Amino acid sequence: MNDPISPSRDDRRDDRAPRVHGVLASFRRAPDVFHAAERIRDLGWTRWDVHTPYPVHGLDAAMGLPRSAIPRLTLLGGVTGFLAGCLLTWYTSSLDYPLLVGGKPYWSVIYPFPVLYECTILFAAFGTFFGQFLANRLPRHHHPLFEVPQFARVTDDTFMVVLEATDPRFRSPEDARDLLASLGGQDITLVRD
Amino acid sequence: MAHSPEPAGNPPEALARVRPAELPRPELVLNNRSFHWVTDKVCGIVEEPTPTWWKVTFVVALLLASFTGVGLAYLVSTGTGTWGLRSPAGWGWAIVNFVFWVGIGHAGTLISAILCLLRQRWRTSINRAAEAMTIFAVMCAGIFPLFHVGRVWFGWWLFPIPNQNAIWPQFRSPLEWDVFAVSTYFTVSTLFWYMGMIPDLATIRDRARTWWRKAVYGFLAMGWRGGNRQWSNFEMAYLLLAGLSTPLVLSVHTIVSFDFAVSILPGWHTTIFPPYFVAGAIFSGFAMVLTLMLPLRAIYRLHDVINQYHIDNMTKIILATGTMVGYAYATEFFIAAYSGNPYEKFAFINRAFGQYAWAYWIMVTCNVISPQLFWFKAVRENHALVWIICLFVNVGMWFERFVITVTSLANDYLPSSWGYYSPTIVDIFTFFGTFGFFSVLFLLFIRFLPLLPMAEVKMVTPQADPHAR
Repeated sequence: MNDPISPSRDDRRDDRAPRVHGVLASFRRAPDVFHAAERIRDLGWTRWDVHTPYPVHGLDAAMGLPRSAIPRLTLLGGVTGFLAGCLLTWYTSSLDYPLLVGGKPYWSVIYPFPVLYECTILFAAFGTFFGQFLANRLPRHHHPLFEVPQFARVTDDTFMVVLEATDPRFRSPEDARDLLASLGGQDITLVRD
Repeated sequence: MAHSPEPAGNPPEALARVRPAELPRPELVLNNRSFHWVTDKVCGIVEEPTPTWWKVTFVVALLLASFTGVGLAYLVSTGTGTWGLRSPAGWGWAIVNFVFWVGIGHAGTLISAILCLLRQRWRTSINRAAEAMTIFAVMCAGIFPLFHVGRVWFGWWLFPIPNQNAIWPQFRSPLEWDVFAVSTYFTVSTLFWYMGMIPDLATIRDRARTWWRKAVYGFLAMGWRGGNRQWSNFEMAYLLLAGLSTPLVLSVHTIVSFDFAVSILPGWHTTIFPPYFVAGAIFSGFAMVLTLMLPLRAIYRLHDVINQYHIDNMTKIILATGTMVGYAYATEFFIAAYSGNPYEKFAFINRAFGQYAWAYWIMVTCNVISPQLFWFKAVRENHALVWIICLFVNVGMWFERFVITVTSLANDYLPSSWGYYSPTIVDIFTFFGTFGFFSVLFLLFIRFLPLLPMAEVKMVTPQADPHAR
């Protein structure tokens, strides 16, 4: 039987392009993967990920991830929405078709406030929603991980750690396998790019 | 008072002597179910062959939905006179139905957004279905004002789109605010619903065997891989959408109440309307959630994930909001009496004892009296009774909007212009058809989309805790 980790001759054929995406290991329990993540973080890895069936509480800190940048996109969306609402109501009711109602000003921030408020929320939600896709680089339907048969279980009940070949600490697939095995990883597999 | 002889981190000595009882957290998933059980349970609903009850209900719902189609086709082809609207009641069932359906929607957002911000972990097993209910209820609601404009083919004039008359919507009108509020609400609720569903769609994709299931669910799952780098952004986005939906849902029903409160009609022109409408909306929405979830729980045997604790919480919210609604009715009467305004006083006496007294007392019975039964544990544990009380609440909340809308219009300032509004058969058909329309959408949702948020349910099981021993 072939060693599932050593790249086959096919993978080595073209040494200009990296043929190995990384090395994948499964963990059965949440505490196991949590402690493995802390160790990998402490070893200084940067290009790796923990795949889980649900968001594991505290795993961001265990992986040493920075705070998500999405709030900035939400704020940007909200400010854009408010200004767009102002522009819309001001242009339509005081410039393009001035409408005098009860001697009141053509435009103020008060009377269309519900409209400005809703525009703010709408655009902030767009910023958040599309920001999430942007930050997660989605949609992407052809990731190398999808080629690994057992990866399908990650959305069911299995936790997986992948160490990517582009990480400066990734010396060889065998080395990564040994690290994952020492952390309690099972089913260790090479992920081809 | 901060003197503790114990070093931080060690439990005080007294605790060892007293040995306080452990306060167990209520179990959210009973029988210690595994992650895989949750996946199988929820995906099983989508993957099993179409059950017979589903087919039968779907056909019935489709037939019922055709009532709305026929009603609207008749309205558009014949003219607006086919509805029971005539002076003095220019607003009738259409507005009643609109407010009724929008209000139903609000519980979905309350469960998904407000309870998320309040860290109420029990929301997880019901939030997906409640959000779906929100979206479908808002779709039903939207039909009525759209056709109420009379010439529905000019419905797009509601939106600020340049048109051949070179005129724009009037942004001083609460009706125009409503257009923005309801369309924003619909859009944001849909985004929130869909985004929350992505990890679960990925689960269905990963279990799919046929190529079309892989293709469709794969497309919808957007290539989700469940990496924690993705979860980190996802969780942040989810929290922010919850934070945005919370002021949104409060603003929507506030603006809906402005449709009434900004007018000068006695009985409508009151400052209590926004909070009173929001409480009523949550009240009716929770009743609708239970109306839908109790049968589904029985059909799909979801007793471990939707247990008595969930039902208790929901019935208690119905009790609380029902009591608030009852209090608001009393406050309205007090303010009318205290105002010294004869028209205002008349409007309220007329509501309770005038020509629509029958509707008023149906409303009071259903909304104020029936939820009080939820004080009793035996009632909360009798699910057939809970379901029936929830139906009463839904009926009562429809009548509340009927009473508000119609009594003030039918008997306003001048007795010479009074009248009696009653709906026509077209009104009745159009309204009852929307229940069919709603059911069609909800049945499709049950059949093809994950009914429970699997990832979130897994998150509240004991084995999800990374610090567990």
